[in-house]
Amino acid sequence: MLALWGVKMEIIKVEGLKKYFPVQKSFLEVLFSKELQFIKAVDGVSFTVKKGEMLSLVGESGCGKTTVGRMLVGLEEPTEGRIYFKERDITSLRGEKRREIQRHIQIIFQDPYASLNPRMKIGEHITDPLLIHGIATNEEAKRMAIEMLERVGLVPGEQFYNRLPYQLSGGQRQRVAIARAMVLKPEFVVADEAVSMIDVSLRAAILNLLMSFKEEYNLSMLFITHDLSVAKLVGDRIAVMYLGKIVELGEVNEVIHKPKHPYTAALLSAVPSFEKRDLRVGIFGDVSNPIDLPPGCRYNPRCPFAKDECRKAEPELIGTDRHSFACHYPLDIVVE
Amino acid sequence: MMSLLEIRNLSTYYHSRRGVLRAVDMVSLSLDEREFVGIVGESGCGKSTLAFSIMRLIQPPGEIVEGEIIFSGKNLLELNDEEMRRVRGKEIGMVFQDPMTSLDPLEKIGDQIVETIQMHEDIGKKEALEKARELLESVGLPGNRVNYYPHQLSGGQRQRVMIALAIALNPTLLIADEPTTALDVIVQEKIMNILKKMTSEGRSIILITHDFSLAAEKSDRIVIMYAGWIVEMGDSKKLVNDPLHPYTKGLLESVPDLWLERRIKTMPGLPPDLVNPPPGCKFHPRCPKAMDVCRKEEPPEVQVNGRFVKCWLYGV
Repeated sequence: MLALWGVKMEIIKVEGLKKYFPVQKSFLEVLFSKELQFIKAVDGVSFTVKKGEMLSLVGESGCGKTTVGRMLVGLEEPTEGRIYFKERDITSLRGEKRREIQRHIQIIFQDPYASLNPRMKIGEHITDPLLIHGIATNEEAKRMAIEMLERVGLVPGEQFYNRLPYQLSGGQRQRVAIARAMVLKPEFVVADEAVSMIDVSLRAAILNLLMSFKEEYNLSMLFITHDLSVAKLVGDRIAVMYLGKIVELGEVNEVIHKPKHPYTAALLSAVPSFEKRDLRVGIFGDVSNPIDLPPGCRYNPRCPFAKDECRKAEPELIGTDRHSFACHYPLDIVVE
Repeated sequence: MMSLLEIRNLSTYYHSRRGVLRAVDMVSLSLDEREFVGIVGESGCGKSTLAFSIMRLIQPPGEIVEGEIIFSGKNLLELNDEEMRRVRGKEIGMVFQDPMTSLDPLEKIGDQIVETIQMHEDIGKKEALEKARELLESVGLPGNRVNYYPHQLSGGQRQRVMIALAIALNPTLLIADEPTTALDVIVQEKIMNILKKMTSEGRSIILITHDFSLAAEKSDRIVIMYAGWIVEMGDSKKLVNDPLHPYTKGLLESVPDLWLERRIKTMPGLPPDLVNPPPGCKFHPRCPKAMDVCRKEEPPEVQVNGRFVKCWLYGV
């Protein structure tokens, strides 16, 4: 068992994860005791993240990708399903035990203007987690924070340590958020749209920084993004979400060059590029209502290839570790 | 050929407590009929200020301090407010980034379009409403959306309503300022195709975006802005295949691309403080090819194989 772990250790394993948010009822609806409705933000998601692997989770706004990330770090409680960290069920861990695990699981948020405390020194953002987890004394924590600031490119670290967030640019703040997550030497990090708010010319630096940490710590990451170009650049594997479900999951080159799901193909065709490819796979209309999902495959109202079966039976995610997809009539195309 | 829009030596400054911020600094640019031009740059480079200057929507502490904006033969900067108001909407339309805040939440979509049309044209309500339906259909929305309120539409649909509003009076020039930044790629693609189609109907488009690949894909010509300057400008394909300015090159290499197999390169440094810009070329602190002269004197504006570039590398 132990030997097997060494070869292909699963850091994170998610099984049948669901998150339903109740929809607020209006006064009239309460009066006539209308049945409570739910937004099925995440509706049965399973995947694994291996040791040292970067899994990119892509999808459009509202597909549930952020909710998946929040459940993994314990910010949201799943309605159903299980989350395992190194084979240990952490789904409903609370209190002291949760905190013990939390040290190994960190998150980097999208908005570097909202994720730092405006009244706290930059350095304190980084020493705080060290002190909370009892990893270092005050003095050690300060030394480690300064080292970490320099590691993320905020040089000289001692100067940045004493600054306040308003004195830093967006890119620099995101470096602080990364430093805060990395100082605990976590084993698993969720990066939720970590570069979306960063200016174009500074984005590359942040991405390269994240990738260097991944190499150095042999870190496992879930990289949540709406940007397929970024997902491809950083990911070892890609998972594509649509309306709460993973519709396609596989190695980056498989998913991008041999997309099986018509939604993946439509997404790929729409991404701006200096060398655009048109996969000639169309898409109809707008995203369906997550409260009232269509029967069968939830993509069927938008799919140009939908047949009777697609309107009746919901396809399961099937295939190999290398490439799996949830579609009754998968595409057979190769994009050069 | 006479160009539709000709901007000469335009400067727009913001007066702040710290000093004068040169958001647009001696910019010259022309636009032909039916041309699709993409203006690319990072936040704070002056691209939106340039668009707002063309529309004369700069509010204090901002001020257009010098230059000429010749549109269809008249200098917009010399028009009085009433004349300018007629140009806005009727001759130049504008689409803003945020469709959520640009529509009146209490009024039906149709009424908002009708109001715009009736403000400028002397036609009856029924006729105007019919026109509103047609406009919505021209941007790919069902005509019955005239009866909807903004909150009943998605972000992408709202942005299409904004485009319908912007072209309601049939302007010859449409300025779109980050029209798809808040939207998903599939919706973005639809909206871009609508804009693209407009050029074949005789309109000119200025697309302002931070997304280099989007601009490269959709526009005939690209304008690269940095720190209030136009640093490079020319045919989209040629500019992408053979960038001349080191900033253009750096930007190209730092953008992840779905279909290109390559690593991305980090661009060093930060964009400058425009109240206290570096002397000489404003890009020199980040430039891998900076020479002595770049640190002292403003770079010349030269034409290299039909391409405009502002850089000492191509100076005489």
